[in-house]
Amino acid sequence: MVFPFVWSFSTSLQTTETLLHVPPQLIPKSPSLDAYRELMEVMPFARMVINSTIVTVVVVVLQVVTSALAGYGIARFRFRGRHALLLLYLGTMMVPFQVTIVPLFIGMSRLGWLNTLHALILPMVASAFGVFLFRQYFMQMPRELEEAAALDGAGPWRTFWSVAFPYARPAAATFGILAFMAAWNSFLWPLFVARDESSMTLPVGLASLHGRYQTDWNLVMAGSVIAVVPVIIVFAVIQRHISAGLLLGGVAK
Amino acid sequence: MIWLGSDRRWWIVFVAPSLTMLLVFTVAPIAAAAVLSFYRWDLLTSPEYVGLGNFIELAGDDGFRAALVHTLTFIAGYVPSVMVIGLVLALLLNRRSRLSGVSRVVFFMPVVAAWVAVALMWKWMLNSRFGVVNWVLSLVGVEGPAWLFERGWAMASVIGVSVWKDAGFVMILFLAGLAAIPAEHREAAFVDGANPWQAFWRVTFPLLTPVVLLVLIILMINSFQVFEQVWILTEGGPLGSTTVVVERIVKNAFSFGRMGYAAAMSWVLFAFIFSVTVLQTRFQKRWVHYGA
Repeated sequence: MVFPFVWSFSTSLQTTETLLHVPPQLIPKSPSLDAYRELMEVMPFARMVINSTIVTVVVVVLQVVTSALAGYGIARFRFRGRHALLLLYLGTMMVPFQVTIVPLFIGMSRLGWLNTLHALILPMVASAFGVFLFRQYFMQMPRELEEAAALDGAGPWRTFWSVAFPYARPAAATFGILAFMAAWNSFLWPLFVARDESSMTLPVGLASLHGRYQTDWNLVMAGSVIAVVPVIIVFAVIQRHISAGLLLGGVAK
Repeated sequence: MIWLGSDRRWWIVFVAPSLTMLLVFTVAPIAAAAVLSFYRWDLLTSPEYVGLGNFIELAGDDGFRAALVHTLTFIAGYVPSVMVIGLVLALLLNRRSRLSGVSRVVFFMPVVAAWVAVALMWKWMLNSRFGVVNWVLSLVGVEGPAWLFERGWAMASVIGVSVWKDAGFVMILFLAGLAAIPAEHREAAFVDGANPWQAFWRVTFPLLTPVVLLVLIILMINSFQVFEQVWILTEGGPLGSTTVVVERIVKNAFSFGRMGYAAAMSWVLFAFIFSVTVLQTRFQKRWVHYGA
């Protein structure tokens, strides 16, 4: 499972001279950070890390907040068209993202938003899956929790933020990590709208690095390591809060 | 609690942010894609209405048919393999009461890492001359093939790497499913004299079938959209033998400037995903057991 990661890390510490050494060395005899240094020179790699970070943070926060709000709205209010709304969310979940991609691309280019970060962010904000997951979670939340807050005179808005949202922390963690992975690793949509080095995110940057330096594997592996390490760290930190059972429930019902 | 009286009107505040974004950035584009699929448009000149022209052309497009066949080949190899391996891993780890943090991270590293990065790692390892895989094979006297550049091996390599990446994800879902099965059921089977193999097939598996169906549906939906690993690993080659549907959509929209045609393709992809999902839920009664 982990060998490819170890191997890539080892390769990223090789120099161009030792790279094609036979037999290959798992532990480089003279490890060097040349590949990382060169990476920063040949491509604005720092810029890409920043772009990826901005896009990911904004998308995750907006996805979690809008989904939690909508999930609560559907679970705790009785309004006309509630069921139709739920069906609308369910329906969009079945349509693959590829269907929307061509019109989205045309729209973004008409607005002159190609190669901007908001072109990367805006289409990702609404998450039907997130709304579903939070709705499930709020449906089984004990009603007494909110009633206590309501007795103290808090309205729906304050009750949501002081009682309901904190209660839904496991759902937020589980959905949040999925949203984080999807945003940080996203490739297809950025491939369409972020071709410029100023707006490029890591995965697209990596692909183009590979395109330009086909045989400089130490360089390419250094880039891959940089792209992979943050997600693994975030996952390692947050993993104890993730509930796969919740995930099953969220998809099943 | 259910909010009543004057509080009721708040629903719109809760729903509006998500719903607005959904309507503008998902629902409207879906509708636009439907309209677009009846037009020919290169974005430079004005769109030209062609009726069902795009779909008729699609039916006779050998490149698209090949991509569809390759996608189905991928599914046929990937889905059963990743399900079996994920299930076996889950059963092996199920013995322990709780998966430790370290083993979770280990199994999930491939799952959380970006496809592009992971595909590049494998592309380097599978390099025919300098890759570590062929070097290991050479130690036992086997001359490894050019994995990603030989017709017979390219798709198999893509499938293998995909299984490696997703096995942990499937495993975690099955583990959650197994955790929901009461231990008494299995114990009862053992009391009746069943061996572990029989206990699995007679007790555990039937109770797990709802999760199996769910995993199957998720995997099918995802694997029809296979793209990134192919784009990096084989780039559709050798000689177009690993092209897939999404890659055709990207190429037509991007490289060939055929927006309407690409939109039509995306609707065909949706039709496949939709019918397969419906078929799976239809036929579930034959083999899925609900309620223990």
